[in-house]
Amino acid sequence: MPSLAAADWLILLIYCFFLLTAGFSLRPVMTASRQYLQAGRALPGWLCGMAMVGASLGSETVLGMGAAGARYGIASVGFFALGSIPALLFSGLYLMPVYYGSQSGPRTIPEYLGLRFDGKTRILSAILFLGMASFCAGIALYGMARVFQALHVFDQVSNRLNLPPTVFLLLAIAVPAALVLTYVLLGGLGAAMYNQALTFCVVVAGLAPVALLGLKRTGGWSGLKTDVPASFLHEWSGATHAGAHSMGLDATALVFVGLVVGGGMWCTDFRLLQTAMAAKNVESARKAALITAAVWVFVPLLAILSGLIAVGMPTPHTTVVVHNENGAIYHEITVVPPAVEAGQGLVPAKIDAATGKPVTGADGHAMLDYEMATPNALSQFLPMGLLGLGIAMLLGCLSSGVAASAAAFSTVFTCDIYETVVAKNPDDKRLLVVARWAAAGGMLLAVSAAYLTMQFGSPLEATMLVFAVVNVPLFAVLFRGALWKRTTGHGAFAGLIAGVVAALLMHGTMLPLNEQRGIHGGWIAVMGRPSNELRFGLGIAGIAFLISLIAISIVSMRTKPRSDDELNGLVRSLAELPPANAIWWKRPEALAIAILLAAMVVNLIFI
Amino acid sequence: MFYDVRISIGMLFALIGTILAAFGLATHDQATVYARSAGIDANLWWGLVLLAFGVVVMSLGRRGQMKLEKEASRKNGSKG
Repeated sequence: MPSLAAADWLILLIYCFFLLTAGFSLRPVMTASRQYLQAGRALPGWLCGMAMVGASLGSETVLGMGAAGARYGIASVGFFALGSIPALLFSGLYLMPVYYGSQSGPRTIPEYLGLRFDGKTRILSAILFLGMASFCAGIALYGMARVFQALHVFDQVSNRLNLPPTVFLLLAIAVPAALVLTYVLLGGLGAAMYNQALTFCVVVAGLAPVALLGLKRTGGWSGLKTDVPASFLHEWSGATHAGAHSMGLDATALVFVGLVVGGGMWCTDFRLLQTAMAAKNVESARKAALITAAVWVFVPLLAILSGLIAVGMPTPHTTVVVHNENGAIYHEITVVPPAVEAGQGLVPAKIDAATGKPVTGADGHAMLDYEMATPNALSQFLPMGLLGLGIAMLLGCLSSGVAASAAAFSTVFTCDIYETVVAKNPDDKRLLVVARWAAAGGMLLAVSAAYLTMQFGSPLEATMLVFAVVNVPLFAVLFRGALWKRTTGHGAFAGLIAGVVAALLMHGTMLPLNEQRGIHGGWIAVMGRPSNELRFGLGIAGIAFLISLIAISIVSMRTKPRSDDELNGLVRSLAELPPANAIWWKRPEALAIAILLAAMVVNLIFI
Repeated sequence: MFYDVRISIGMLFALIGTILAAFGLATHDQATVYARSAGIDANLWWGLVLLAFGVVVMSLGRRGQMKLEKEASRKNGSKG
């Protein structure tokens, strides 16, 4: 395993220095809460788009794309496209004008819900969001600390300082958290967004050489063909037969669930939407979502390809080479840890913490730790020097995701909890102070969540659950609320609760095969056994969405709707759109169609 | 005033590109360094790519910054 050389350290430190610079140079601008919480609502569309891409490329997403590539092959390109492009185009074309509103429009998604519906929906969604944001940031922090430990790149430092593994893990959680908190405290959302834009460039600069050098090592595309099963390189083979597809989902369910999960992320999650809502006008906010869609056509390819190459590499084995030199016999032994030897390619097996042996599933094969696919590819393909850029990329993904959480936590707490519950009409200086304390508090919660995750094993899968419990019902409410003016406040509130309860109930009564009861499901009783964790999570998302929609509809029909005057600008049919551009190819609709066509072409190459 | 972020992106990449290319030149004939990258001096080539990218982005950023400053002074002028 490679350790970091001086050149690697230099690049990594320069990157960290630039992250902090954004905070320090924006600090003088932070004179009012609007500057801090919304970056002054003055940023150009392309910057908001780049920041949105950076925020969406959090560490869980980037590692998850590599993991999906190693596990399901090229088919995952289609899945990520389905989960992002339609939702982003919908968000850019139809939702942004409603969310962004006028110059004095809503600052957060819960505030939008408050204007559209009522105070109780606003506060409930704000609380759900705060919980989700800090929990997800904590999981991301712990996940990346584990990766840094498994890569052994910082071993020199921890050996010199004589750090035990637990202390190393704690430091690997605390140091990135402190870095992010510093620039978010100094520069607020603006600093977070500047660094997200920077990180997006670093992710491409770090992943491209991994994919290129990896392809070179496996002997190009034709070499890769001989290294991985044929079904891994074909996206739609057997997608029409239930169970035949490598993900084990039939096509209709896949499309439905993909759209719901995508909507829950791109149309709902304030951590992403805050970047677009900081744009200087509606046109720029719409452009931000469309730019993100365009980038998402190509970026998953890079990450998925590196995971796919990692699983296609030869698996290292312990070897003994005997050679005879001038009569003396040398034994050259290369020892490979059992986790690596039981793995496949560069993807190691999961290790049972109690016994230290690889974990085997019901089918007798070792269960693989797919999250390590991209990090291992990085450390195996990048030479000294570029490796520093690769590690900077991992740190960058982590920091942009966590910064998105911290900034969004601060904004939602200040606007939707402090201003509505604690102090009505506070003065602006006070708000600025509260916003900074909220960012620090959110980060403290995230670090505690990371510490809890560390204590209870690794419920990295819990991210999917939190997502299904919080974002999917919220998406149902926003979707109905923004498009149909008949939806009422009571309906939205009932739908939110029904969706959350349905998701929790389903998680409590079913358990995926090969899993223990508890965090993986079945904590009430085991009544059903879905075939795998992904299928289970997606199933929960689908059911929660449907139950939520039904509850919203039933309650809305029985309660009194608000008049058109009150809803002006808050529902799509009553929103003022800027006049359409006279040149047809400059209109957002034309751009959206071009992006959709490009996505189709990219996905049809791999039939 | 918010500055043009392309300046700092360009500076970062120009700096990293220079370091990588210089390191690549210095280690060009050491085969052990490049065993992992199939014998290609990836530092040199990728460093040059990043350097070029950085310089282009930085020049775009400087143009954007001048525009921002012009707008800001115009706004101040109309106020005062």
